[in-house]
Amino acid sequence: MPDSIVILDAVAIQRALTRVAHEITERNENSAEVVLVGIPALGDHLAFRLGKILASIWNHPVPVGVLDTTMHRDDLDQRTAPTIHPTDIPFDVTGKTVVFVDDVLFTGRTTRAAMDALNDFGRPKKIQLAVLIDRGHRELPIKADFVGKNVPTALDEKISLLLTESGAVQDEVLLKKK
Amino acid sequence: MSWTKKHLLDIESLTADEIITVLDTARGFKAVGERAIKKVPALRGKTVVNLFVEPSTRTRISFELAAQRLSADIVNFSAEASSFKKGETLKDTALNLEALNADFIIIRHSASGAPHFLTRVVDAHVINAGDGAHEHPTQALLDVFTIREKKGRIAGLNVTILGDILYSRVARSDIWALTKLGAHVTLCGPSTLVPKTFEKMGCRVTHDVDEAIRDADIINLLRIQHERQRKTMFPSIGEYTQLFGLNKVRLAKTRPDALIMHPGPINRGVEIDSEIADCGRSVILEQVTNGLAVRMAVLFLVNGGKVPPDAA
Repeated sequence: MPDSIVILDAVAIQRALTRVAHEITERNENSAEVVLVGIPALGDHLAFRLGKILASIWNHPVPVGVLDTTMHRDDLDQRTAPTIHPTDIPFDVTGKTVVFVDDVLFTGRTTRAAMDALNDFGRPKKIQLAVLIDRGHRELPIKADFVGKNVPTALDEKISLLLTESGAVQDEVLLKKK
Repeated sequence: MSWTKKHLLDIESLTADEIITVLDTARGFKAVGERAIKKVPALRGKTVVNLFVEPSTRTRISFELAAQRLSADIVNFSAEASSFKKGETLKDTALNLEALNADFIIIRHSASGAPHFLTRVVDAHVINAGDGAHEHPTQALLDVFTIREKKGRIAGLNVTILGDILYSRVARSDIWALTKLGAHVTLCGPSTLVPKTFEKMGCRVTHDVDEAIRDADIINLLRIQHERQRKTMFPSIGEYTQLFGLNKVRLAKTRPDALIMHPGPINRGVEIDSEIADCGRSVILEQVTNGLAVRMAVLFLVNGGKVPPDAA
């Protein structure tokens, strides 16, 4: 078995995002209430791409923000300090349906930190979670609402992503042995 | 980027990458300060002690607020109202603080090297908030943060530090930080306060103020530190102001985009004219705002700093 397998190539990533966008539209009747919030370092790229697809379906712009979760992590004691990414949420989240967008759902701890961090910006009506890859191994009671691809993994494997905001042809998702 | 240091003792021992890591991290914390809710739980449950053996207001308050905004508990300990008056040594005081499970000790002391000494007697993270005439690392970090934010870069800029360099821990830390990041540093002031020996740190030394500030992108003014001068280093304050004070006439001969900085407290009418301290080119109050963000970043980073096995 090779050291790494391509799970999604650029075309498959775009197709997965398009499907996720349609699922978001099915789930949310009032499109004016939906805002996207990407989790860096890669979820923000996906959020902007998803925002464009949704805007073309709904025929109106969809607000997209970026939320850094590092200051709300639960492991700050046990590791070197993580890189802080800029947070930019240029809209009020109160009363909105916030769709978190992340690249990989794994333990669920980042999602928990994101829910905690979002509290400081207002009280959304609802929070939903969209991820490109769900690799399993949850450590918290958290479940994605929208999944690009389910990838059963072993703990000693890792998902490696090459993603751009515009969706370049080189984009891909790999499964690697650690 | 990564930060692995358990303490922040000086700028001299930091790499350019480590300095940049602090600046990048501080940018994230500055944004937190602009939110409606200015607090994050990063240091929840930690105890920070402000051990200020030498008096300070702005640095102490800045660290206090930084710790609070990270959700840590903070205790203030000042020399005037403490056991130092009763003859307790620094080591014993530190051990007592450790017995109270302090996770961070922020120390200001009149003796150079006091923070380094502390790291040998306690297990807590130690942050230097100014030791004698040695270093004041967080001031230098907030200075370079402010310069980078305003000018977009540090490398290649002309930075003139004007005033009492000899007794200034701010100047020493600034010189280390600026030269590591590639700025050209010029020092200026009375020859008694700006000796040529500073050229060994990679600076240019001049005693002609007009020449020193003519091509400067940044003019950083330092206060005359009367408390550290054991003998008179120049004839009078009036003469200092006349020869080295920044006034309208002098400022007119500088670059129109040169910024004026000052670590505070400012002595209006001595090193800087009142109207210049308040003019649009002065970033003195922005330095205070940035100081808070930088100190949050330092607490956040050293918290994750693990001592490598060989240095433990």
